[in-house]
Amino acid sequence: MAFLEIEKLEKRFGSVSILKGIDLDIDEGGFLVLVGPSGCGKSTLLNTIAGLESVSGGEIRIAGKRVNELHPSRRDIAMVFQSYALYPNMTVAQNISFGMEIKGVPKPERDKAIAGVSETLQIGHLLDRKPSQLSGGQRQRVAMGRALVRRPQVFLFDEPLSNLDAKLRVDMRTEIKRLHQSMKRTIVYVTHDQIEAMTLATKIAVLKDGVLQQAGTPAEIYNSPTNMFVADFMGSPAMNLIPATVNVSGKSPALDIGAYGGRTMSLDLGASNGMLSKFSGRPVMFGIRPEAITDPEGADRTSKNLITAECFVEVVEPAGSDTFAVVHLGGKEAVARLRADAKVVPGTVAKLAFNLDKAVFFDPETQQRIA
Amino acid sequence: MTATTQQTAVRTGALVRALIYALLLLFAVYYLLPLYVMVVNSLKPLEEIRQGNMLALPRTWTIEPWLSAWSTAQIGVQPTGLKPYFLNSIQMVVPAVFTSTLLGALNGYVLTKWRFRGADFVFTLMLLSCFIPFQIVLIPSARILGLLGLGGTVTGLVLIHAIYGLGFTTLFFRNYYEAFPSELVRAAMIDGAGFFQIFRRILLPSSGPIIVVTVIWQFTNIWNDFLFGSSFSNADSQPMTVALNNLVNSSTGVKEYNVHFAGAILAALPTLVVYIVSGRYFVRGLMAGAVKG
Ligand SMILES: Nc1ncnc2c1ncn2[C@@H]1O[C@H](COP(=O)(O)OP(=O)(O)O)[C@@H](O)[C@H]1O
Ligand SMILES: [Mg+2]
Repeated sequence: MAFLEIEKLEKRFGSVSILKGIDLDIDEGGFLVLVGPSGCGKSTLLNTIAGLESVSGGEIRIAGKRVNELHPSRRDIAMVFQSYALYPNMTVAQNISFGMEIKGVPKPERDKAIAGVSETLQIGHLLDRKPSQLSGGQRQRVAMGRALVRRPQVFLFDEPLSNLDAKLRVDMRTEIKRLHQSMKRTIVYVTHDQIEAMTLATKIAVLKDGVLQQAGTPAEIYNSPTNMFVADFMGSPAMNLIPATVNVSGKSPALDIGAYGGRTMSLDLGASNGMLSKFSGRPVMFGIRPEAITDPEGADRTSKNLITAECFVEVVEPAGSDTFAVVHLGGKEAVARLRADAKVVPGTVAKLAFNLDKAVFFDPETQQRIA
Repeated sequence: MTATTQQTAVRTGALVRALIYALLLLFAVYYLLPLYVMVVNSLKPLEEIRQGNMLALPRTWTIEPWLSAWSTAQIGVQPTGLKPYFLNSIQMVVPAVFTSTLLGALNGYVLTKWRFRGADFVFTLMLLSCFIPFQIVLIPSARILGLLGLGGTVTGLVLIHAIYGLGFTTLFFRNYYEAFPSELVRAAMIDGAGFFQIFRRILLPSSGPIIVVTVIWQFTNIWNDFLFGSSFSNADSQPMTVALNNLVNSSTGVKEYNVHFAGAILAALPTLVVYIVSGRYFVRGLMAGAVKG
């Protein structure tokens, strides 16, 4: 049985439905990341778990116990807010121990807990300061300290890093991951940043318009997206979604893609993609990640279905470790990820290798995965 | 070229500045003239006022008018001076300001952080009370005070002022708390703080500027009120404003202008003190919403 379970969860504000039947769970010690575009209901979902918003339907269970009716302070959770929400009139130490003070924990015990937490987060020298005297990164640490000191069963984070600058964000991300590994507590973490989601999560839940699109391990989400939204949302640069037609006139199904100069490029799919035969002669969306389109020398030799084809290169963007090439496929731009020293010249035709083991296919009408 | 334009800029700047200062000075003098006249004449013997020029400094300085206004002048039928009425006003103003400010803060807190269905409607109704001319409510108020047995008492005045102040105090605090981050309230809820704990420990400590604004506003209005004071008090519970009126209108022969001036300054003194002590915070409080962003 999972540790945190969310069942058929619904949330309405007046007549507006914000969460439309979410089913989701996470095992004890897991790191669940809720990801999705802004306004999709991530914060609302987190707030219902925290008890800061009531639910309109469904059930939330923590450790097998229904918590729908429990006050936030009784759910054994701690929350880190996007704005950090540090009490401006209290010192760092008072901020951290406010919860214990309310509970009536004696002073010596509180001081011990503050010392323990400030040791972990290295904020000992800040304890007497007010929040206004702290930098963004320090506030972030204090906010985490206030959560840690509660020793909750579940930590809730609402976009905790989005107010930090890029460098600090990466550092704090690593720190959160390290904390998770050492504490082994369950975490639910909201972000709109898919890289944060990929690097932190043991399980990712992708939301859109209050509907859960897919939940799974980062690898599942990345390699086998269930629909075009997930495919497009996760990964940077995004997955190429190329309009194509399935052609089964040969001995194995092939993919016809409009290429440069009015030509059609045909990719032999091999025998593996049996499901696609049903789409014979019909348009499909051919999804392939940039790293599966490479220069032939840089291709993955272990791939069972590697096909080389000629593409027209429009733009070349060297990025240091790799070179990205924008090629024209199926009337759209597609990004290929080449080795840094690959010899490609913009405005010419180049041979590129397609690793079709990594290809996914979607029905353009329903947007759902077909193979 | 740059040097010349800069020089002209500086020179016109100085000229404009001098003009502005001259204008401001003029206005200041114009505004302070009545106060000057009051102070100067309250320190003269009565004959000097009758003979001479109102603007002249006293030839013989005396504080006799002040002492008289404070403790011996005829108010209505009794020669008590303004002292007992000054105390009435204090007894009226302090509890009325305190309750209306506290209740306004609580209202603002509920209307922004514990929003309920119809919260905006309730707020609109309270706002409406800011615009009702008080003359309209005189008779019903008198009736209710009578039913409560509070007619003609200082307590009755406290009640009336506290209630009619609520519209404004609620408006002040609601707008201030509207900008107060709700995440702080949520964090405190998770920390286990209850309704009043959140109010006392989280909101109130950050409310300094708006408390100052509200207290000044309420103090000035209640202290200076004449309408309620004259309608709902009797000879023993009159506030300062009503007593001052009686002092000036007492018909015992000669008009003691020097005593009247002293009395009027005494009546205005508390509000002046409140402004001088907390004026800086008043301006800061009014600006707080604008600059915080
Ligand atoms: N208290 C509320 N009343 C009405 N609508 C709300 C309320 N809170 C959030 N919403 C709406 O719910 C949707 C989801 O909000 P939120 O969960 O904050 O999104 P995000 O995924 O960006 O965190 C948004 O469209 C927002 O306007
Ligand atoms: Mg959000």
